[in-house]
Amino acid sequence: MNLPVIIKFVIDLLAVLLLALGIKGLSKVKSARDANRLAAFAMSLSVIGLLSYYLGTSGIAIQSWIWIIIGSSIGSLFGAILAKKVPMTSMPETVALFNGCGGMSSLLVALGVAIFPISNSLENLDFFKSLINEVSISVSIFVGAITFTGSIVAMAKLQGWLSTPGWTQSKFRHFVNIVFAVASLIAFFDLINGNTSSIWLLVIVSSLLGIGVTLPIGGADMPVVISLLNSYSGIAAAAAGFVVDSQLLIVAGAMVGAAGLILTQVMCKGMNRSLVSVLFGGSLSAQSTVSAGSGEYTNITSCSVEECALTLEAANKVIIVPGYGLAVAQAQHTLREVTKKLEQNGIEVVYAIHPVAGRMPGHMNVLLAEADVPYEQLKEMDVVNPDFPATDVVLVLGANDVVNPQAKNDSSSPLYGMPVLDVQEARTVFVIKRGMSAGYSGIKNDLFDLPNTSMVFGDAKKVLNDLIGELKDLGVGEK
Amino acid sequence: MSFISLLWVLLLGSLLGLELIGKVPPTLHTPLMSGANAISGITMLAALTLIVKADGNVPLLIIGSVSLGFALFNVVGGFFVTDRMLAMFSRKPSNRK
Repeated sequence: MNLPVIIKFVIDLLAVLLLALGIKGLSKVKSARDANRLAAFAMSLSVIGLLSYYLGTSGIAIQSWIWIIIGSSIGSLFGAILAKKVPMTSMPETVALFNGCGGMSSLLVALGVAIFPISNSLENLDFFKSLINEVSISVSIFVGAITFTGSIVAMAKLQGWLSTPGWTQSKFRHFVNIVFAVASLIAFFDLINGNTSSIWLLVIVSSLLGIGVTLPIGGADMPVVISLLNSYSGIAAAAAGFVVDSQLLIVAGAMVGAAGLILTQVMCKGMNRSLVSVLFGGSLSAQSTVSAGSGEYTNITSCSVEECALTLEAANKVIIVPGYGLAVAQAQHTLREVTKKLEQNGIEVVYAIHPVAGRMPGHMNVLLAEADVPYEQLKEMDVVNPDFPATDVVLVLGANDVVNPQAKNDSSSPLYGMPVLDVQEARTVFVIKRGMSAGYSGIKNDLFDLPNTSMVFGDAKKVLNDLIGELKDLGVGEK
Repeated sequence: MSFISLLWVLLLGSLLGLELIGKVPPTLHTPLMSGANAISGITMLAALTLIVKADGNVPLLIIGSVSLGFALFNVVGGFFVTDRMLAMFSRKPSNRK
């Protein structure tokens, strides 16, 4: 072994170690930020390792340098700008976009190698090795294309650019996707058999498959899909590692792929959904419209913002339950103003965060942190549930299914078994909501019928703004 | 590297990934997903290899360069955006009024 090989070996080993520590650190609040930087450092280290290896062995042509600089500067620049500019509420679609581009990158590498076999050309490979080469190219293209189109569709749906077409909710879509899947398989084996022209067929049908699988999935399930696609992009990277013969790429790709799967599983559990039903069940509302729990509301109490303000003023302890609707209305800053006023009046305010609150698990924490809500005021479900009986007022903002008592009481309900916040135990519950439409599950919420629940109808942001006005009139928070 | 040892690498890497995150507080799901996503941009190494080995083949250089651009978009954007999210958690209680 000569020096460049040894150096690269050591650097790669170090990079893998740091990446593993990075992923591990990211799963703990205390170490997360440093861990993210550590991972970024490990990635730069791996680039240095690769470049120094080629400098020390074959050398790098000027022409190559030019294209490296062009590609890397444009990519980094756009990445950095987007990362700085994007609002926190759009985080799910941003992650989807980044992820799709990672998949695209693996796809392009495999395409490049397939069309223009690189220097240690395919002719002098024995049968076994060229087979491996073709399999890894095909896998890389297949997974890369699915990741790319799937992520782009996920992004477009989350942004509201794409809605769910009607036909995708029928059984017909399974047929379409099976056709795409079979066609991909045919192209896959054709390619391995040495028919390089079928590479384009593979690119096209696997792209279509990515679209066909993602399109029917409803907005609320999208985070799970993004997490799964994230895992795929790791697999695509590992496959690209086989294509260019890089252990580092294989390890890192496999690590991300596996960790992504675990994270997907964790998310599914929090939403009380199985991965299979997310992927093949279509959107939840479509299947449960006639199930138990649908029914008329009989005892709705609606009230004005003014009444709500009066009750809040008299309270000692208030729990806020923020949800998807709050994130969509981008009302987290207005909410923070309301709670500031209450706190100045000596009222204890706590936020109850359901594991899947927001548009993505953990998203609500990010949004509230952005609005300067102190971290200690964010309570997780298990911690806050025993506190509800001693609470005067609960404000439910844009959350629905996560506060439905059916999940505890009604074993025939599709929600049964999902962990929920026991808001009905509090003395008074205000639900701020646009109208009587059901939550994303399409299931009637028994909470709304309870005598201690009052509905305040309106857009979350507007209601909160009115609430600030009313609280001001009452002299709350002005000392 | 022989194919068999690459398979070992794949296997061990996957096992490591499965073990790395056992319990994640829900707070960190979004940042963790975004951080792991940035790491999956490691395919930039493959793009780099392609460019270095292109040997003056211009179409290949262009494909490699575009691929590198996509990968770095993923990596740089991913790490920055994760850092932005995590920066909000690490604000010390003393910083608030």
